[in-house]
Amino acid sequence: MLARRVIPCLDVDKGRVVKGTKFLNLTDEGDPAELAERYAHEGADEIVFLDITAAHERRGTMLDVVRRTASRAFVPLTVGGGVRSVEEMRDVLRAGADKVSFNTAAVATPELLTACAARFGSQAVVCAIDARRLPGLPGSDPSWEVVTHGGRNATELDAVEWARRVVALGAGELLVTSMDRDGTRSGFDTELLLAIATRVRVPVIASGGAAGPDDFVAAVRDGKADAVLAASIFHRRMHSIASVKAAMAAAGIPVRITEESVA
Amino acid sequence: MADPRVKVAVVDYGAANMVSITRALAAVGADVTVAEDPAGMVGVDAIVVPGVGAAASAMDHLRERGLVDPLVDWVRAGKPCLGICLGFQILFECSDEGEATTLGLLPGKVAMLEDAPTLPHIGWNSVEFGRDDPLFRGVADGSYFYFVHSFAPEPTDLGVIAARTTHGRPFASAVSKGNLFGVQFHPEKSSEAGLRVLANFVALVGATV
Repeated sequence: MLARRVIPCLDVDKGRVVKGTKFLNLTDEGDPAELAERYAHEGADEIVFLDITAAHERRGTMLDVVRRTASRAFVPLTVGGGVRSVEEMRDVLRAGADKVSFNTAAVATPELLTACAARFGSQAVVCAIDARRLPGLPGSDPSWEVVTHGGRNATELDAVEWARRVVALGAGELLVTSMDRDGTRSGFDTELLLAIATRVRVPVIASGGAAGPDDFVAAVRDGKADAVLAASIFHRRMHSIASVKAAMAAAGIPVRITEESVA
Repeated sequence: MADPRVKVAVVDYGAANMVSITRALAAVGADVTVAEDPAGMVGVDAIVVPGVGAAASAMDHLRERGLVDPLVDWVRAGKPCLGICLGFQILFECSDEGEATTLGLLPGKVAMLEDAPTLPHIGWNSVEFGRDDPLFRGVADGSYFYFVHSFAPEPTDLGVIAARTTHGRPFASAVSKGNLFGVQFHPEKSSEAGLRVLANFVALVGATV
C-alpha cells in the first residue's frame, strides 16, 4: 500500500532557512542541511527546499545546500525556485536533488516542462500551481485562477485546466497551493485539491493552510491528496511529523511509521 | 557496519543521481568509486548500476561509454552487482518503454504499471518479502521503501523474486540470483531501511572478497 507522504518545506534565503510572513520579516532559523537531516530523522518522507533568494547569486548557494543535505539525509529532495532551463535543472539534480519544482517558469515557458521531462523523466518534474479561488455565483461550482509571484500576478489560467495541461506537457507531480489559505492556518482547500486530484493521474501534493494533524487527514481523505506539505507548523514545533502521522494512521490512512520500519 | 576494504564502483552513464547513491554507499562503509567507462570497473569488488529516466536512452548512454559488454561479462562471471530502479529494469531482456532491448541478464520484460491508481508510482510503499533474502537481513517484512517509476519488471523465472510490492498490481520490487541483485526502489532515498539494504549488499560482497 502506497503511504501518504508528509513533507516539511524549508524556505531558503541565501543559504539559510528563514521564516516570515509573505516573504516579509524574515528571521534566520538555521542551516538547511542540519534542519533537513533532523526532519528526515523524525520521519519526513521527503524534503522540499524553496529558494526564495532574489535573483542571481542564488544558484551556487542552493547547490551547496542540496549537496550537503544529500550526503546526510537519505530521503528524497525537491528544489523549487529559480530553475529556468534544462541545464539549471541538471545542475540541481547532479547536486543530489531528485526533483525540481517549477512555478513561475512553467507559466512563462510551459515547454520547459516538456524539455526537462524528456531529459530527466517526468518523475523529476514537479509543477507547482498557486491557485486563488474566484468569486462565483452562489450555488455554482467553485473555480480557481493560477497566480504567480507569491500571488501578486494573476494569469487568467483556470487552475484545473492548467493542471491537466502541465501533466500533458510532462509534469509527473503537482504541488498545489491554495493562496487563500497559505499562511492562514485555516486548513487546506480540500475542494481545490479534489478538483485537481480527480482530473489528473499524477500524484498531488497539498500545500497551504496546515494548522494541525486533522488538516493532513482532511487533505488526504477529502482532497484525495497523495502527499501533504507544511512549513511553519513543523518549524515552530507546534506539531511533530510523528504526531501528524499518528493522526493519519488513526484515521486509517497508510503512513510510514519509522520506528517500525527497521527491525 | 561493512568492511571498508569493499570497493564498489557505481556506474555513471550520465542519467543517474550519482551524489545520493555514492554518499549512501560511503555512509555504510564501502570504498566507493565512479565508473564512467570499462576502466573504472577494473580492480573493484562490486558494481552498482543506478538509474533514473528512460530505458532506451539509458541503453544508448551505456553503449556510448562501451559499458554494455563489460557489465554483461561481469554479471555472467558471477561477480556482485546491484541494479537500482532503471538499473534494475535494464537487467531484463527488454522494456516496453521506448521498445528498448536491454541487458538480458534475467529472463523477462519490463512493462508499464497499467492498473496503477497514480502514475508515476511516486512515494513510500511497503515491500513484502517472498523469502528470507540476505539483502533484507535486519529489515522488517512490509517495511516502506521509496519508489519513483512507471514501469516494472515481469520476471519469467519467478524463483528470482525476493520481494513484491503492490501499486495497481503486484510487481517484483526486488530480485536476487546468486550475486546479482536488483531493487525497484531507491535504497539511497529510503532512510534507515534503505541504508540497511545497502549495508547488507556491501557485507555480502565483503564475504566474497
